[in-house]
Parts: sequence; structure tokens; C-alpha cells
Amino acid sequence: MHYPFYGWLQHVEQVRLLDRFSNKSTTGTLHLTATHLIFVESNSTSAQEIWILHHHIASVEKLSLTTSGCPLVIQCRNFRMVHFVVPRERDCHDVYSSLLRLLRPESYDELYAFSYNPKQNDRQREEGWQLIDLAAEFERMGVPCDQWQLTDVNRDYKVCETYPRDLYVPITASKPIIMGSSKFRSKGRFPVLTYFYQEKKAAVCRSSQPLSGFSARCLEDEHMLQAVSKANPNTRYIYVIDTRPKLNALANRAAGKGYENEDNYSNIRFQFVGIENIHVMRSSLQKLQEVVGTRALSVTDYLVGLENSGWLRHVKAIVDAAIFLTRAVTVEGASVLVHCSDGWDRTAQVCSLGSLLMDPYYRTIKGFMVLIEKDWISFGHKFADRCDQLDGDPKEVSPIFTQFLECVWQLTEQFPQAFQFSEWFLIQIHEHVHSCQFGNFLGNSQRQREELQVKEKTHSLWAHLLSGQQNYLNPLYCPSYGYTNPVLEPSTLPCHFKFWRNMYHQFDRPMHPRQSILKQALTLKENNRELESIAQNLLLTPIFLRVEACPPAPSVSLQKLQNRKEVDGDRTVEGGSATENGYGELPLSCGSKPEPAMVSLEFGVARMTC
Amino acid sequence: MEFAELIKTPRVDGVVLHRPFLPLVEGTLCLTGHHLILSSRQDNTEELWLLHADIDFIEKRFVGSSGTIIVKCKDLRIIQLDIPGMEECLNIASSIEALSTLDSVSLMYPFFYRPMFEVIEDGWNLFLPEESFKDLESMTDEWRLSEVNRDFSICPSYPPLVVVPKDTDDDTLLKVASFRHGGRFPVLSYYHKKNGMVMMRAGQPLIGPNGRRCKEDEKLINATLRAGKRGYIIDTRATAVAQQAKARGGGFEQEANYPQWRRIHKTIERYSVLQDSLIKLVEACNDQSHSMDRWLSKLEASNWLSHIKEILTTACLAAQCIDREGATVLVHGTEGTDSTLQVTSLAQILLDPSCRTIRGFQALVEREWLQAGHPFQHRCAQSAYSSGKLHGEAPIFLLFLDCTWQILRQFPCSFEFNENFLVLLFEHAYATQFGTFLGNSAAERATLKLPQKTVSLWSWVNRPQEMEGFVNPLYEPNSLVIWPSVAPQSLQLWEGVFLRWNRSSKCLDEAYEEMVHIIEYNKELQKKVNSLRRQLAQLETEGSPLHTP
Repeated sequence: MHYPFYGWLQHVEQVRLLDRFSNKSTTGTLHLTATHLIFVESNSTSAQEIWILHHHIASVEKLSLTTSGCPLVIQCRNFRMVHFVVPRERDCHDVYSSLLRLLRPESYDELYAFSYNPKQNDRQREEGWQLIDLAAEFERMGVPCDQWQLTDVNRDYKVCETYPRDLYVPITASKPIIMGSSKFRSKGRFPVLTYFYQEKKAAVCRSSQPLSGFSARCLEDEHMLQAVSKANPNTRYIYVIDTRPKLNALANRAAGKGYENEDNYSNIRFQFVGIENIHVMRSSLQKLQEVVGTRALSVTDYLVGLENSGWLRHVKAIVDAAIFLTRAVTVEGASVLVHCSDGWDRTAQVCSLGSLLMDPYYRTIKGFMVLIEKDWISFGHKFADRCDQLDGDPKEVSPIFTQFLECVWQLTEQFPQAFQFSEWFLIQIHEHVHSCQFGNFLGNSQRQREELQVKEKTHSLWAHLLSGQQNYLNPLYCPSYGYTNPVLEPSTLPCHFKFWRNMYHQFDRPMHPRQSILKQALTLKENNRELESIAQNLLLTPIFLRVEACPPAPSVSLQKLQNRKEVDGDRTVEGGSATENGYGELPLSCGSKPEPAMVSLEFGVARMTC
Repeated sequence: MEFAELIKTPRVDGVVLHRPFLPLVEGTLCLTGHHLILSSRQDNTEELWLLHADIDFIEKRFVGSSGTIIVKCKDLRIIQLDIPGMEECLNIASSIEALSTLDSVSLMYPFFYRPMFEVIEDGWNLFLPEESFKDLESMTDEWRLSEVNRDFSICPSYPPLVVVPKDTDDDTLLKVASFRHGGRFPVLSYYHKKNGMVMMRAGQPLIGPNGRRCKEDEKLINATLRAGKRGYIIDTRATAVAQQAKARGGGFEQEANYPQWRRIHKTIERYSVLQDSLIKLVEACNDQSHSMDRWLSKLEASNWLSHIKEILTTACLAAQCIDREGATVLVHGTEGTDSTLQVTSLAQILLDPSCRTIRGFQALVEREWLQAGHPFQHRCAQSAYSSGKLHGEAPIFLLFLDCTWQILRQFPCSFEFNENFLVLLFEHAYATQFGTFLGNSAAERATLKLPQKTVSLWSWVNRPQEMEGFVNPLYEPNSLVIWPSVAPQSLQLWEGVFLRWNRSSKCLDEAYEEMVHIIEYNKELQKKVNSLRRQLAQLETEGSPLHTP
């Protein structure tokens, strides 16, 4: 473990850990450190260790005393559920009250990210933060261009404090228009570019709701939409997608907010897509967790519970909205403005998922990081509030980002070759969004992160994930898939949405397939790379080189192997042990030791338990 | 009878065929005795050849002077034929109806089918009871092969040869047969080599309302117990159902008379309930209009996955008794030809690695389903689109295949065959050119002279060129007992069967190809590295000076 050692705050022996779904239990010692709660099984042969980061703990509950001891139930944000039985009530109470104190820090500097130190020097740390460059990303999309430009109105976060400093707007949108429009939008979040579909010059813009009430209008805001429309020579109209259910939008009107009146905005096509709000989503996932956490669950209760939770219905609604957006942009070539109320939850979900459907780049490991950085981090998805980083308002907590990751997972199930990453990548991101171990997701906006000096004081998750990316590769990924299928067209029939067991039961191993195709395929691919390099090294041994002309057999194969090699040439592998590389069956008589370069995939799984 | 009498219109031109996810085909529709054929009569387009026996139900619709026939097949596919001319449409429809519901088995296609391939290995002789008994004999001498049923007179649903405890003579078997439903006295189903424990199956005991007992029955099954050991009787019916069976002359083993046995009741539903479940499930899968809530509630209401869970759980229980408890197990329901076989065959897949090979699985189907007297003809006469009165139709075998698929999904590297193989068996159980699944029992198959008059499915499937498509590239023999999860979260709808025609499988197929490619490339590389190493070693021993310039 590369976590810093802070010394035990507390430790309790003879604690029993009850299995969540069976009657099994294990006995061990519970340790409490400044950052983790650790359970170490006493049985020396298996000696299972469970590390629970305090930030991951969503709730601690002390149940009433039983004959065998005092039960302590801990529910984690990464869907781990542990049930301890502590022999003495006093010990249990001590652990309980320490945890209550530790798990909800009151200020940011208490978060793990500010003390986490993975033995890197400052240069490496800084480089980590430079990996993702959003200006380069907009350039990749072809922005700035003759219709879209970078504006400096928000350089000092004066127009909108929840937006990033750099924003892209139509060239015809002058500063007064921007300022006017921003005053007419909730939290000043005026329409800005988030994705540019170069092929048709169609733009995906995002904003918050207009403050239109029942009759208010704002000429600058109308101009703003006009400018977005004009920037696209293809169509004379733009779509305005309000991601809320119509009823919610109507209710907002009474509070002086609302949605665009088609009579006031020329050439807009207005559409509600009916995604529910954060409160509905929070209780939906809660219900789902309750259902799947039931012991001896029957199929009927499972399916009824799945239905009643509404979770898959919500997931489908988001995918449906993203498909609507994608069709408008790629088929009609129309520009689209997406908003909800504040424009940082549903809007982020729909814009990012839509971009993922339209642009194969976002289906790569690096591209997916860029996508999250752009649509979620920079545009101010309130990670601190939604993920409950500090002791905040429980009504602000909601699994909006988890839901987005699930939407992506549903797509990976339908398109097994379209994504460079596997579900382990998604699960790992989910893990760290809640771990507060890296600076990326701290706070609620870019401005806040700057104040917290995350780039100076913490490490970047992206660097960490990239360094271990071999663990997250999808072995079936086909890079050319993006050329042949640039736009994904998923089915949204209800029967194609599945329950994501590997996320919501990631720690309930008995429920998982006993053999994993993903793991098997990854191992084989690694093995193939190894064999390629061994073959190449063998051919380069002096004895072969000297007789090169004589034996005709290997020359053909070398050519073929080398061709393969070039394709995958940029890969690096690190660490691991020789016993895992699967060469046992091969004769090693000639004395050339294969490099121990395989990384066990258990590594990826084991990490998640930390 | 001549088929021609039933074919009112043998040919119609200008028919348009609609199939999901495939382009329209316009062409000529022909009816023959056994097939519905649609051909565009152009070289490059494929033709549709549909067995009449594969047609489950048809619907007619008319718009103006042209009609539409919607053909719903037993493999769950739905196709649509637009036929110009009202009269032609009616004629075609009634001909299909007549030809797809022929009563006589001997008019079925397998009796007319002539293989277009050379039969190298005759499937009819592949899995003879004598041969498998030889394997058993090599492991234990506690069992014998009895010919008591050689003329099918003791038990019409049993094969001529059955394996019984060595010390039980044929006279005893006669008496026990009269005490068991359908004459199905307890016979050996599986011998667990690891610990010598066995699984037997039988029909329910006929204790009736007055609690009749049969000393010979008790003696027979007690003979399978080890000294001082208890056995388990797994009754696949709920306690209440088993109680009710007494009133009709059936029942279950009374504790007092079988003190060495512990009886466990599980609740696997009877065939009418299962058929209903299949109909509802397929209806839910085919209805593309519904919302998420409606889909989930219809999926739940079909109860299909509940049945899967119950069957799998019971099989796991049987396997657990044998492997973990080291106990002998007797499985029965009512007749012992349906739920009993689901349990005994699935338990063997868990316990016996050889059942997870292609040959072993064929042998299992042959032994535990065909020889064991599962009434395929009755059960598979109609599929999910059946309507009206049913005559014992039920997806018992399909449920077994689905359970196997669930296990395969959880242990994707432990099976030599892939999903396609299971789908193939499903298709052929319902409509086929082969004789394997015809008839209801070994007795019927003997009367029909199937081995002489028809081709065995195994003869075809075991040819290397066919086999290729059914081999699981990930297979690595695994000699362990496998324990699947039966939690609802671990079970899934079998998309390969139930959503097969409602989705485009292109992406999934390509991904599968890629998987195969990775594995083959791996084998190729291993070979190359090995050969390079050999060459290198050779060069080193030969000594390089020879080649120095």
C-alpha cells in the first residue's frame, strides 16, 4: 500500500465481519487511521484486508446490542456495505463516534487529497495536471474558427463564477449581448459552446434556464440564440432542448424562471425531454440499493424493485435525450442549445453523452478524460455538493455523475468494440470521484479549485489512471470502429438496458461471474505482446543474425510480427511478477528469460478495495 | 395422404418478405410438402427456406385486394409475407395451417430428409447405454445393467436398458415399478466419481390416500446408501402439491418408512404454468412499444426468471448434497419426466466436467432427456405463439438450456461449446430435419424405426465443418465442480433466444470474432516462439563456426 502511515488511532480485536448475503462471517482486527478504516482478517492463510477510506463512508449506523456484540453497519459511496460486530459496546461506540467525527470533514484542507503523497516529485505532479488541455481540445474540434471565438468576458469569473475562464461563443455575440444574456439566465450561465461538430458546422451549446417567468423577455438573450443560429450556415433553426419534464419547467416559471417562449425567439425548435431532477434521482438510487441489498431476494421482488426504483427508466431517459441531440446535430446538421434549471446536472449528462455518441475520440481513454474535464469539471458540475465531500446539505447530494457513468456503460454493452476502455475504468473513476484522493473533483467549480490551489497542492487523477491504463483497456476495442461508425446509434428499447451488477455489487464477489471474459481476453492480449517481443528478441540474437540468410523459416514470420508490433508500439507495461505471465508451458531451455512484464489484473480489482 | 391435396396454391409471384433488420425481398413463394420457400430468383440474394413444422401460428390481414400473412415461428422469429391477391393469400394461409399441424409423426420432414453430406459417424450409435455402463463398471461394481424393460412393458417411458443397484433383481424391479408413477422405478442417473455418491431419479411413489408402502422400493433405494449414512430425496414439488397428489394415488415417501432419508421439497412449476410463462415472456420481448416500467413489469409477470432461479437452485442443492454432504440423492416430481430431468441433468453439468464438453453434453441430452423419456413430441408441439387449448406443450427443455446458458455465462471458460450450440438444440427440439428429437420415448422411437429411417442430429453436428461454429474459443478444461450464483442480480434474460430477432447482432458478432482472433493469434505466436527456440537451440548445438563468413 502506498498510503502514508499515520499510526493507528484506534484498534479493536476480535471483530466479526458478517457477509452481506450469506451467513458466513470472518473474524479480525479493526484499525482506525486518520484516513482509513481497516479490517484485517485474523486467519493468517487468507488474511483478507479491507481498506475503507473515510471519505467513502456515506453512513455509519450502530445497531442495538446483541448477544454476540454490538453491530456497526457502514454504507459506502462506492456501494460497499460492511456489517461488523464488535464484542464490547464501549469499543463499538468509540469507533462509531471517531468515524462520525472523521467521515465528514468541515473544511477542504482536511480532505485526503491534501495529504495524499504517492512518492512523486513536484515535476511529475505538475506534469500530471498538464495532461488534459481544454484549449487543445477545442482546437481539435476546430474552434476557434470563422464562426466561433474565444471570449475573455469571464477571465476573472465576473460574469459567471461557476463557468470556466475560457468560453467559446459565436463571433457575432458581442460583449453587451453576452452580458445581457447572462443576466437573463440562472446563475449567469449564458449559452456557450461545448461541442462543435465540424463536419456540419453544428454546435452543441449549453446554458441554464432563462429567467422568463410568465412574460419577461431579454433582447440580448434572443440575440444570443440568434447568433448561435447564424453561426451554422446549414440550417435556419436551432433546437433548444430543455432536459426537464415540462411540469417542472412550468413550475419554475412561477418563480420567475422557466423556458424559452417560441414566440420571442425566432427560429427555435423547442423540446422537453423529461429527465427528472436531482432529488428524484437520489431517491431512485436509494430505492435500488435497498432492493438489491436485500438478503434472499426473489426474482419477483428484484424486478418489481427495479421497476419501482425507476432507475433504469431515468437512465433510458438520459440516453434518449442524448440520441435526440445527436440526431439533431449529425443528421439535420442543426445547432442545439441544451439546458435544464442551473445547467450543471442534466445538461452535463446530455451534452457529454451526446458528444460521446458523435465523436469517437471521447470513446478513448484520454478522450473520455477530456470529456469529463470539459463537460463536468470545467462547466461546474457541483461535485462537492453532489458527492457530499464536506458536511453539507443532504438535499444537494445526488448520483448524477454515477448515472452518467452508467449510461456510458450501457453503451459499452451495446457496442463492445467502440470503446478503448472497459467498465473497470468507469468503476475506477467512480471510486475516485468519491475518494477525494485526487484534486480533480474537489469543490464545486473551477474558481473554487483555483482558490483551493488543487494544482499546486494535490495530484491529478488522470495522471494516475493513465499510468495504470493497461488495467482499463477493453481488449476487444477496435480503433478503426470509430472511422466506420463515427456516430453510435444505440437501441433504446427497454429490454436493452441492464442492471449494472459490477458497479452496484462491485464488492459482492459471489454474485459475479466466476470467470471473466474481460480478464481472460486482457491476459491473452498481454501475452500476445510478450510473445511478439520474445520472438523479436530471439530473432535478434547474434547467432540468428549471423545465419540470417540460411534458414528461410523465420524471416516471413518476423515481418508479420513486426507489422503487428508497430500498431501497438506505443504501449508501455510496468511492474508485475514472473509467475503471472503464463509462460510456464513454454520450454525455456535456451536460457533467454522472458521479461516479467505482465501486470496481474487482480491488481485492478484489488485496488478498488482500497 | 398426398401433400399435394393440402397445397391449394403451390406458387405465387410478387410476394414481399419482411424480416426484422434485413432488407425486403421480393420474389416467388412456393409451398412444398415440408417447406415454405421464398426466392427472389436472383443469384446473389439468399432464399428463405422455412420448415412448416417450424411455424407456430399465422395471422392474416387484408388491405384491398392484397393480403398479408404474419408467420410466427417456433424459434420465436416473426416474418411477414405480403401476397398479391386475396384468394392466393387465403389459399397459402390455409395450406400453411394444414401443413404445419400434421398429426402423423411419420409424415414429418425427417422421414423425407436425405442428407447432403456423408455420414461419417452415425449419431444413432454414439451414445449407447452399454458403452456408458462400461465406464461406470470401471469405477464401481455396485451397479448392474438390467434388461427388465427390454420390451418396454414395465415402464413405457424407460429405455430397454437401465442401471440399477447390483443386488436388486428384476423381480424386485417389477414390484417397485408398480409402486412408482408410470412404472418409473428408481434408476441410476449419475455416479460421482470423486466420492462414490450417486444421484437417482424416479416417478413419484404411489402411496395414495391410504399411505400404501412398498418394502421392495424401500429396499431398493436403501441399497444405494453407505452404512450409517443418510440420503436426500429431492421432491421437485411444493409440499402442498405433493400432499394433494396423494388424493390422486400419488404422493411422496413417508418418513416412517424411509427413516434413512431426508426429504426436501422444492417448487418447480408444472408444464402448463411454464408454457404460460414462455408465452408471456415472448410477448413482452416482442412488444417494442413499451416504457421501461411496462417492460420490467411484464418481464416480472412472465415469471420466467423465477422459474430459472428455482430450477437452478434445486440443481445446485442436489449437487451440494452429493459433493459437499457426501450423500446419495433421489430426485422425483410427479411423472419424473420433466422437472426431475431438469434437476438431474443440470446437477451433472455442475458436478461432472465431461458434461461441459460438446460430446459430453450430447451424451447428457441423450441419456437424461431422450433415453430418460422426456416427451419431446408433446412438449415441443407448440411454442410461444401457441393459442387455444394446449396438450401438454411446455418449454421444459428450453428452460434446461436457458439454465445451462446462465451457468455458461458465469463460467465462460469452462464449457467446450458456446451459446450457438444451445440455441441450435432449442431450434431442433422444436422443428428439425433430423430424427433425434422425434417421438416421446425410446419405445416410440423404436416403433418409428428412427435410427433406420432418419438422420441423427449428432451425425450432422459432429462433422468438423459444423462443429467449428459451436466451439467456445475460451474453453480451458476445468475439472472442478462449479457453483453458480442464483441471486436474481446474477441471472439474465437469454438475449440470444428471446431478443434474437429483435436486435441487430452485428456489433456482438464482430466482438465475438475479435475474441476468436485474439485467441488464435495467441496460439500462432506460441507456436512461433517455440519453433524459434528450437531452431536457436539447434544452431547453438550445431555450433556457429560453420556459418562464420
